[in-house]
Amino acid sequence: MHSKRLFSRIAVASVAALILAGCSSSNDEASSSGVPDVPMMNSLGAGEGQVNVVAWAGYVENGSTDPNVDWVTGFEKETGCKVNVKNGATSDDMVALMKTGEYDVVSASGDASLRLIYGGDVAPVNTELIPNYADIFDNLKLQQWNSVDGVAYGVPHGRGANLLAYRTDIVKPAPTSWGAVFDVNSPYKGKITAYDSPIYIADAALYLMKTQPDLGITYPYALDQKQFDAAVELLKAQKPLIGEYWGDYLKHVASLKSGGTVLGTTWQVNINLAKGEGTKVEGIKPTEGSTGWSDTWMISSKAKNPNCAYLWMNHIASPEANAGVAEWFGEAPSNAKSCDLTADKNHCATFHAADDAYWDDVYYWNTPTEACLDGRTDATCVPYAEWVKAWSSLRNS
Amino acid sequence: MTISRNARLILAALLGVGLAFIYVPLTVVVINSFNSSRTFSWPPSELTTKWWAKAIENTGVREALKWSILAGLSATAIALLLGTALAFAVSRYDFFGREVISLLVVLPISLPGVVTGIALNNAFTKQLGMSTGLLTVVIGHATFCIVVVYNNAVARLRRMGTSLQEASMDLGANGITTFRLITLPNMASALFAGGLLAFGLSFDEIVVTTFTAGPGIQTLPIWIYNNLFRPNQAPIVNVVAATLVFLSIVPIYLSQRLSSDSSTGGRF
Amino acid sequence: MLQEISNTMHKKPKLRLVALLTAPILWLVVAYLGALATLLVAAFFTIDSFTGNVIQTFNLGNFHDMFTDAAYKNVVLRTVGIALLVTVVCTVLAIPMAFYMAKIAKPRSQKILVALILTPLWASYLVKIYAWRTMLEPGNGVLDWLLGPLGFSSPGFGGPAIIIGLSYLWLPYMILPIYAGLERLPNNLLDASGDLGAHNWHTFRRIVLPLIFPSLVAGSMFTFSLSLGDYITATIIGGKLQMLGNVVYQNFSINLPFAATIATIPVTIMAIYLWMVRRTGALASL
Repeated sequence: MHSKRLFSRIAVASVAALILAGCSSSNDEASSSGVPDVPMMNSLGAGEGQVNVVAWAGYVENGSTDPNVDWVTGFEKETGCKVNVKNGATSDDMVALMKTGEYDVVSASGDASLRLIYGGDVAPVNTELIPNYADIFDNLKLQQWNSVDGVAYGVPHGRGANLLAYRTDIVKPAPTSWGAVFDVNSPYKGKITAYDSPIYIADAALYLMKTQPDLGITYPYALDQKQFDAAVELLKAQKPLIGEYWGDYLKHVASLKSGGTVLGTTWQVNINLAKGEGTKVEGIKPTEGSTGWSDTWMISSKAKNPNCAYLWMNHIASPEANAGVAEWFGEAPSNAKSCDLTADKNHCATFHAADDAYWDDVYYWNTPTEACLDGRTDATCVPYAEWVKAWSSLRNS
Repeated sequence: MTISRNARLILAALLGVGLAFIYVPLTVVVINSFNSSRTFSWPPSELTTKWWAKAIENTGVREALKWSILAGLSATAIALLLGTALAFAVSRYDFFGREVISLLVVLPISLPGVVTGIALNNAFTKQLGMSTGLLTVVIGHATFCIVVVYNNAVARLRRMGTSLQEASMDLGANGITTFRLITLPNMASALFAGGLLAFGLSFDEIVVTTFTAGPGIQTLPIWIYNNLFRPNQAPIVNVVAATLVFLSIVPIYLSQRLSSDSSTGGRF
Repeated sequence: MLQEISNTMHKKPKLRLVALLTAPILWLVVAYLGALATLLVAAFFTIDSFTGNVIQTFNLGNFHDMFTDAAYKNVVLRTVGIALLVTVVCTVLAIPMAFYMAKIAKPRSQKILVALILTPLWASYLVKIYAWRTMLEPGNGVLDWLLGPLGFSSPGFGGPAIIIGLSYLWLPYMILPIYAGLERLPNNLLDASGDLGAHNWHTFRRIVLPLIFPSLVAGSMFTFSLSLGDYITATIIGGKLQMLGNVVYQNFSINLPFAATIATIPVTIMAIYLWMVRRTGALASL
């Protein structure tokens, strides 16, 4: 029953474990050796006729949803690569799908990308083969969640900050700090919301980082056991305040509109939708800064259609497609030239696309690993699998 | 029948309450498909037909419907074959392990879908190195559909007894002829009822499908799952659901027509 | 040729039996039990905390984590409680409905009623649960809007909402087997009981209930087990609550061994349930 691949995977894992055990004193060495050696494409060949894509719903639109929303048909005609898309509902879904080896590219958020890199599921990206890469905002390139040791593992796609939403007609005075959602005496008890994912632990860590310097947190995704426990404790104390955790944004927007939720984590796109429905609501980036997400198009290490995959990554990074996605999905585009092409001329301003300073205190989702991502070598950090367990435990405590 | 008038009235009232419980939310779905609010706020401030217009333009949903019907029919066909064979074996023969079979066949439906889903996903993709696709969806669906066919077939076989078949064989008909002329017609309505239930189960299944569908396979529930959570799309999902409710009259009507033709009378 | 096969088959019942059993048993044992076993074995594995890949060495750590953390006990008790309550709610709603349909309604309205019960099965699961969100929304949901004037208010999102939602989803699966069971029940049995002076209620409790018990069990197979594994309803209308399925789903992609460990709980519960049902002899008459 065991396939060859399974054995080779165990072999890779055990070798990696041996290397780790042998070089545990030197962190640099460990992290570079920890990444499976996957070759990069050197040159492009002819398209294979199709490309299998894992993406967030709304990232790959071929007009079947709305005839006016289509950045796929043109690509298919031009390159001869038919695009088959599978939407992932969560980052976890996407990782699972990529591990099957059936898909060529994925739009991975930061809480998935490193897992994919270290799992050997994605290959480094040869940015020379992607002309549109040049126009991507510099502060999105070669970041911690999309590169290792200066090697790019993907093409940045779009980004957003996790904002603090509040009903302007109910929450007075207007909040300025994340403290509003952690205040155990909050008058809005039972009407506060939080994002329903293990990655939300980082939001608590960010708040602790700014309010409890003794803990020594410098990066919300690099938490040693003590720091991690403190963040989880904070969330446990917060739980009685929460009315609902939200994962899908229809539920979230409906709840903001009805007043079932008056305060809590949100995305810009939700604020716009709720406002469009006539809700008195605002979304702010509190004084502590915020967590956020920056998605990256990555290519599978087992891609069966690598040429079409590269063509796709170039296409989706083009100003036209990038603007289309950003506007349809509701996020800040990654291509600097996209801003001239959006239908709503204020789109880039609303989403702070080109406002570099705005993003300075946004900590994009990242995948916590045992090797601390903040560079500490004298500590072991809590890996993401433990975050997930802690989250399950917290949600059911 | 000697059921007192009062009891009849009480039962009728309870039936009414039950039907209200079933139909008020469905009415809400239909009304929401005309609700101008993208987040279904109640009561609707304004009614609109724009979601219906948009749904008609939406080719994704038609594609998804096609996949759902294809997967549902394939899974139902397999379930009919396997479930009927098993039902014959269990009700007409005595053999070692017969008890176990009735347990085994209910297992896929009685274990949580999420367990079945990840077990199949793990087996297909990691152990067998298979690609997920229509085939894996059909395998997954057929596995939990067998039981409904089996249950209906066993019940009917038990009721039928063996006397008719024996009579037929005594009159000189061989096994196949007997099966074709006696057994099958007598079972038709039970099999149809089982098949319809199997198709219904498959048609609205989302959990196992989530874990077994591959690239390019988007069944209707998966399409709905992908679209419901996006306020741009959610109202269209209501249109689709409302349409399905109305369309469901077709299979139900068919089943009733078919079952009323058989001598034993319809069950479902 | 066919005639020959038919004759051989007829003469050799063993051969017929083997022919009938081979395909279904292969399917259920190899495809299904095989997959299940592979998953359950994975519960004893662990993952590499760096790459997230599964390491296949025997390890009881996952079980240790599961049994020592009170949260998992909570979620198990909560889930089983919800599944039981859903089954009770469905049974209580379904029996009078099915009884009216099978024994009181005239043949013509009987058909219409069956159609009315079947119809909601075709509206999507997700859409129905979202409709319940609109129904239950505290303050401005449909329930408050309809029943508010009568002094009733929505229970809001949480445990009661999950029970209502799941009961709603699985109710037809309870009504149909009970209806079928009642239809099989000869009317003269009820008449006889009535002639002997038994009251309606007495007849029901002593004659009807024992005879439709297997149907109730068949229905509960759906209501109990489908509720036990559900994770989507809890996400949409469960407020802060989660169910077992949520925990399995959450851990599945990042930590398959732990998800498998959690999955052993519903598998065990259902195994016990099936065993109990089997002892009552109800399974054989499913």
